[in-house]
Amino acid sequence: MTRTRLFRSRSSEEKEEEEQQQHYSKHNITTSTGMRVIVPLQGVVQGRGGLFLGSVIPCALFYFFQLYLKRHRSEPKSPPPQPPPENSGGQLAEVSVSVLPRSLSRVHLTPRSPGGPAYVSGRANSIVKGGDSPHDVGLRKALEDPYHQSGNPDGVIQLGLAENKLSLDLVGEWLAKNAIFGEELSIGGIASYQPFDGLMELKVAVAGFMSQVMKKSVFFNPSQIILTAGANPAIEMLSFCLADTGNAFLVPTPYYPCSDRDVKWRTGVEIIPVPCRSADNFRLSITALDRAFNQAKKRGTKVRGIIISNPSNPVGSLLDRETLYSLLDFAREKNIHIVSNELFAGSTHGNEEFVSMAEIIDLEDLDRNRVHIVYGLSKDLSLPGFRVGIIYSFNDNVLAAAKKLTRFSSISVLSQRLLVFMLSDSNFIQQFIEINRERLRRMYIKFVAGLKQLGIECIKSHGGFYCWADMRGYIPSYSEKGELELWDKLLNIAKVNVTPGSCCHCIEPGWFRFCFTTLTEKDIPVVMDRIRKITETCKSHS
Amino acid sequence: MTRPRPRTPESESETRNPTGGGATAMRLIVPLQGVVQGRGGLILGSLIPCALFYFFQLYLKRHRSPKPGSNPTSPSQSSSNLPDLQRSSSRSNLSSRGSIGPVQVSSRASSIARPNDSPYYIGLDRVSEDPYHRLDNPNGIIQLGLSENRLCFDLIEKWLSENTKDSVMGRDGGDLSISGIAPYQPSDGLVEFKVAMADFMSQVMGRAVSFDPSQMVLTAGATPALEILCFCLADPGNAFLVPTPYYPGFDRDMKWRTGVELIPVHCRSTDNFIISITALDQAFNQTRKRGIKVRGILISNPSNPVGNLLPRETLYNLLDFAREKNIHIVSDEIFAGSMYGSEEFVSMAEILDMEDIDKNRIHIVYGLSKDLALPGFRVGVIYSFNESVLVAAKKLTRFSSISAPTQRLLISMVSDTRFIQEYIETNKKRIREMHDLFVEGLKQLGIKCAQSCAGLYCWADMSGLISSYSEKGELELWDKLLNIAKINVTPGSACHCIEPGWFRCCFTTLSQEDVVIVIERIRKVAETCKISS
Repeated sequence: MTRTRLFRSRSSEEKEEEEQQQHYSKHNITTSTGMRVIVPLQGVVQGRGGLFLGSVIPCALFYFFQLYLKRHRSEPKSPPPQPPPENSGGQLAEVSVSVLPRSLSRVHLTPRSPGGPAYVSGRANSIVKGGDSPHDVGLRKALEDPYHQSGNPDGVIQLGLAENKLSLDLVGEWLAKNAIFGEELSIGGIASYQPFDGLMELKVAVAGFMSQVMKKSVFFNPSQIILTAGANPAIEMLSFCLADTGNAFLVPTPYYPCSDRDVKWRTGVEIIPVPCRSADNFRLSITALDRAFNQAKKRGTKVRGIIISNPSNPVGSLLDRETLYSLLDFAREKNIHIVSNELFAGSTHGNEEFVSMAEIIDLEDLDRNRVHIVYGLSKDLSLPGFRVGIIYSFNDNVLAAAKKLTRFSSISVLSQRLLVFMLSDSNFIQQFIEINRERLRRMYIKFVAGLKQLGIECIKSHGGFYCWADMRGYIPSYSEKGELELWDKLLNIAKVNVTPGSCCHCIEPGWFRFCFTTLTEKDIPVVMDRIRKITETCKSHS
Repeated sequence: MTRPRPRTPESESETRNPTGGGATAMRLIVPLQGVVQGRGGLILGSLIPCALFYFFQLYLKRHRSPKPGSNPTSPSQSSSNLPDLQRSSSRSNLSSRGSIGPVQVSSRASSIARPNDSPYYIGLDRVSEDPYHRLDNPNGIIQLGLSENRLCFDLIEKWLSENTKDSVMGRDGGDLSISGIAPYQPSDGLVEFKVAMADFMSQVMGRAVSFDPSQMVLTAGATPALEILCFCLADPGNAFLVPTPYYPGFDRDMKWRTGVELIPVHCRSTDNFIISITALDQAFNQTRKRGIKVRGILISNPSNPVGNLLPRETLYNLLDFAREKNIHIVSDEIFAGSMYGSEEFVSMAEILDMEDIDKNRIHIVYGLSKDLALPGFRVGVIYSFNESVLVAAKKLTRFSSISAPTQRLLISMVSDTRFIQEYIETNKKRIREMHDLFVEGLKQLGIKCAQSCAGLYCWADMSGLISSYSEKGELELWDKLLNIAKINVTPGSACHCIEPGWFRCCFTTLSQEDVVIVIERIRKVAETCKISS
């Protein structure tokens, strides 16, 4: 490369090239005068500006150059830039031929070929690598070696999955009794393209079911409902619609471990955990929210909303009316959204009353378009396999965008028709809700009593398929490490899979979520025995 | 930034006399100017500030916040927006601090929520408002814009009425089988269903290839299958090359949420719209020059909207091109079984089977919406040879999994080899009959179609009917067809076709009697067009 040309030819079309070369040249700072001609910057450096300018200017240039490089750098693992065609001579061709066995007929193209593996996107890489939290490990282990009373009595007992098998028999009976396919279904109604955001009939049926589950305290408008293939895509879609890449949601901890995936993975949105403490029974405090909000703002992150779960997962507590009002006020003050995940609204077992965000909005005539509710049939109708999630929003823009986004996550029309029939059978639904609630309560009482006998206390809860157990007394060290050691023992020695609090971003170590609705009553003594073995050894250590 | 001052006599003297008194202050304030007027003279004086300014601009551009729409509402706006706010007085103690305005949705949501502007979607909306029915609504709009196959509903209906209950609930019914549909199932599809799908795909492609169920990820339709692949193969700002004309839905599937761009690579009628590697290469280089990284090529084979097949030779060339540039190939083969011509369909998977080459850049998309005519069931397939893509896609199916009862039903339907065999044959025969009838009808109007042998549509050349040879002329004709003739077709511009006057007409939602009506309706418009020209 001829750098001297810089001084000889100054025509305007070469200006750009000169600029480039000048930046390259700043690396070669030497003292000799001969070099000065070659490196024009040095002339500046040693000229009138003296040391000051001589350092400031190259520094500035270098800084911007670095910035430029950093911005334009290809991903770390990309192949090196391809050699220009005139350079890629014969020897390169030989190399790639030996790397790439291929049919001879196409050899004429290979000399230009760099070969090498094809790279996947950075986000795919992070999804592939960032996979295994203890929550996932436990679920997998329980899936690979599931406990069965007679078939596999030494298998892992699943207490890590919030799934309700207590009332599956009722659904099974109903399906067996009702010949729903055949005459009632016309092929045109199930096979052809239908609105991606769900059949109107199902929206009406679901609105009725939600209202029934919440004891008729609220009315839901079917035209504000968007149906998605499960609650996960419902949350993700809201995250897409409410926040842009780099924005954040405030989420009180402990929270459901998969929220991280649903809110963050593909959307590029952040979660800012707002820690709740055992001293407050893990109740949400507006002060903590406010502090987190301000800290985020200071960091330059824009907070777009709050995501709450009510009934809370994993604690199982309900948000009272006063808290909901304060949340709304906080959201209004900061002008942000509220996403209320009410997936467990119908799975309450205490005598406390569940209050939906929709009810609060109904009572007060305030600006509603910041409130969005997530619901589904996975928990309250115990049909996770059917993949039905619901977005209930008061915001027209969100509804319009989400309706279009359901092209990526719509429910099979066949299953929708089936559910329309099932939900329209109001006798069955009423009976199901009552029996299910009764069974849930019995199971909760028995399970918590069992833990209590072992000396493990749970936070008093009123909803959900789980209890939030305090095992701080059994962890070898009061830290996440100690908690995970206990979790590991429970999984590998006692063979029960539970969810450690650290997976739920709980700030205090030693808390665990136990889901009890996949068990039968006969399983409870087995579980307690297994836990006892561990707790006894842990106590003797400490 | 300080621009170089003009060379006044004063500054000239300053150059000669570096210790000149009055100018020193100035020199301190604007140090760059010192440089400018120093030894470098005019050249450095312009080059350095220019360079600095260039990088500064670059920096600003990179750091600019995404969209004006997402501006935060600042507290100062509160007073002007107070009338908007109605709230109970009980909580008004808080509102004094409040900064109220309408709460903003994300900028990506606002752009998605905007009304449709593509004629493809406008047409679809219009049909759903006023659909044609022979008896109930004879003046309604006839749908030729949606590639849906209703020719074999009778066969499927018969099978469903005989088998549905047993398939969903199992032959024993009751307690045992509820655990097969109600609880959580793997989100990427039941293994039994993957096995059945692998066999079905192989059957549809005439047993020329075998598919490995472990390389399969099932999604709720081919649409999310494409989107998931796009998420996995490209990062925001990257691009895919797509030969045009292409299916209008790609713009949504590939771009909306992923932040990925599509670079159209134009194919021409003189090549019967077959992609040329030269055009690909050109587009690739141009894109790279713009600083955009190309991560792959997206092809549809059989092509949508043209309906032709990619010849074996072209597939080889595509593979070579992809290898040379080290990029991916996504092959959308969703119409693989909807063939009516005599030409042989060659799947990308077949090419890979035969050559022992690096396979991990190949990804195939399939689904049951077209070949089994069950779009309502929402079944899509990602078939990939890339381990990382499979792992990531499997995890991403949590956002798009298929309802379990539907999977159970389809397992028995798709495994019923006798039914499937009969279905495939009858379906091909009926599509062919319909195609011949429809194309013949158009021919009588003087409208020729591109040579095609697959798909549920034909690609008709109506350039003789458009008032001006431009996109505007094309859209005028489309508008006439929609509003006067009351038929909804897809104009080529919605498919990014570079030549105006081409239209996609889907004929598989029609019955044979309907074809006569459609041709009659087109004739009316065609005649007025010819007269006026």
